[in-house]
Amino acid sequence: MDTAPASDRPDDQRQQEDSPYLEVQASAEFGELRRTHRSFAFPLTIAFVSWYLLYVLLSNYADGFMDTKVAGNVNVALVFGLAQFLTTFLIAWWYSRHAAAKLDPQSAAIKSTLDGGA
Amino acid sequence: MSIHQLAVDSASDNRPLIITLFSVFVLATLGITVWAGRQTKDANDFYAGGRSFSGFQNGLAISGDYMSAASFLGIAGAIALAGYDGFLYSIGFLVAWLVALLLVAEPLRNTGRYTMGDVLAYRMRQRPVRTAAGVSTIVVSIFYLLAQMAGAGVLVSLLLGITNEAGKVLIVVLVGVVMILYVTIGGMKGTTWVQMVKAVMLIAGALLMTFLVLLKFDFNVSDLLGEAAKNSGIGHAFLEPGLKYGLTPTTKLDFISLGIALVLGTAGLPHILIRFYTVPTAKAARTSVNWAIGIIGAFYLMTIALGFGAAALLDRNDITTSNKAGNTAAPLLAEELGGPVLLAVISAVAFATILAVVAGLTLASSSSFAHDLYANVIRKGQATQAEEVRAARWATVGIGIVAVVLGVFARDLNVAGLVALAFAVAASANLPTILYSLFWKRFTTQGALWSIYGGLVSSVVLVLFSPVVSGKETSMFKHADFYWFPLENPGLISIPLGFLLGWLGSLLSKEEPDKDKYAELEVRSLTGHGAH
Repeated sequence: MDTAPASDRPDDQRQQEDSPYLEVQASAEFGELRRTHRSFAFPLTIAFVSWYLLYVLLSNYADGFMDTKVAGNVNVALVFGLAQFLTTFLIAWWYSRHAAAKLDPQSAAIKSTLDGGA
Repeated sequence: MSIHQLAVDSASDNRPLIITLFSVFVLATLGITVWAGRQTKDANDFYAGGRSFSGFQNGLAISGDYMSAASFLGIAGAIALAGYDGFLYSIGFLVAWLVALLLVAEPLRNTGRYTMGDVLAYRMRQRPVRTAAGVSTIVVSIFYLLAQMAGAGVLVSLLLGITNEAGKVLIVVLVGVVMILYVTIGGMKGTTWVQMVKAVMLIAGALLMTFLVLLKFDFNVSDLLGEAAKNSGIGHAFLEPGLKYGLTPTTKLDFISLGIALVLGTAGLPHILIRFYTVPTAKAARTSVNWAIGIIGAFYLMTIALGFGAAALLDRNDITTSNKAGNTAAPLLAEELGGPVLLAVISAVAFATILAVVAGLTLASSSSFAHDLYANVIRKGQATQAEEVRAARWATVGIGIVAVVLGVFARDLNVAGLVALAFAVAASANLPTILYSLFWKRFTTQGALWSIYGGLVSSVVLVLFSPVVSGKETSMFKHADFYWFPLENPGLISIPLGFLLGWLGSLLSKEEPDKDKYAELEVRSLTGHGAH
């Protein structure tokens, strides 16, 4: 029979299990991991969403600017649109690099502590 | 003779070829499905493909799952008719992936098991939140399915010359039957392989068409754009923002609404979220999203050539006669570039695209029905794996029938527009709840219920009373007029509302958030400890 883990069991079946998680959550190492993750991901998210919204708003309200031709028939609007592609690729790459360098080692360390026998 | 007529005629001359190509694809993928079905032994296999796919394979499958009829047919048509404004879809659909990459994919893989509901209900009261998650998943998937059905009907009508209503209905039914077979027999393994195959076909087809379009203009993009502007009869305004959405202040708001829905919707789409469960670790989930961003980005760059190419090489009237919303611009362009053979090939690719996505959507909704609603709510956790999988299979049949019935009504809507609606619902109901669940310790059951139902109801009601459903030529019920919400996309109102309700619902609830569960969720989400 499939024993569902705690999160799957409905309320009346969940037992109070000995939770190592509270302790880990309060630890300095985990605080550092959380800080490292949030201080990078949250501002970056706000930044790229704002950059995208800027693109949308300029498309709507800055006709003169966006219609300016840059090279032949290519106008600012198209360049701006293509820039969105470029920044997306760059941000994905940057995040992955940061995660691999900073987040993965920290999270692996905490995980092995938990696995080792909390 | 219009190009539409030419296409229909050459299609009818080449009907055997087209039918052969379609059949080859369907039979090959059904074969893969049966093979995958043999390896599907338990719930883990059915829901999550045994978590055995690599980052690259999953990235390919995600691309195949994501790039639907909307991306291929819808965007090409939107750009062909509205010029620059159509390009917003390409950009929004891509940038959205960063939300998934930075905030959702890894924590979801670390904490959930088979569905979005697993994470949403993690630290809440199970039954109400699971119910809400299930309802939301099914509604979003149905909207998305409508778009695919519309695409299928339109496509096959063009190619098989089926102009009578009965024939169109038959096609939609056939799509429904095939998708039911994919999912009931193959589960997640079969679906994943079908999506991988389709992704390769779609990229190859788009590359070929892009190459041929650019070849016609000696690889001078500026010339391509110039010709598109001229041939559309609209001139340089065709290349500038505002042709469709810049007409009035209201349409400008609609543009913003659409833009927000696109960028925030992806990370709330259940059929995308479940793809993160098919890899062994969160890091593999990250890798798969990176691959997906690369593949999807490359594809959307090519839509520039497809859309503007269609505008440059086809007569505008021909596009709209063939399909009011421009959904056939891509196959018509194929005919123009490479005659009936390329038409048949590209149409087979488009058909494959539709089938792969409907399979993913159906799997997501039936998984949610079986795992969230049936196993956890109705059977209160007492169902065996076998019973759960059986429920999923029956749900697949039910959802297939609903999708077919509704699909018959949605024929004349632009496919990309319909998908954008699904995105709005996902961004209003699912995304706020996912983000609050993962990152906000004060989030409670009431908050979750308010944001899911609030986001869902507000976006659906606003759509119901918008020009999408009544009051315009392109409305679902074109002879009725009961719209009062002026925007075609509800995102501008419903998305902030979803976030607001999640926050308000939590602050106003008497219930205290579960500290133990939040610690477990937070620690597991960042470390991967205890991941299934």
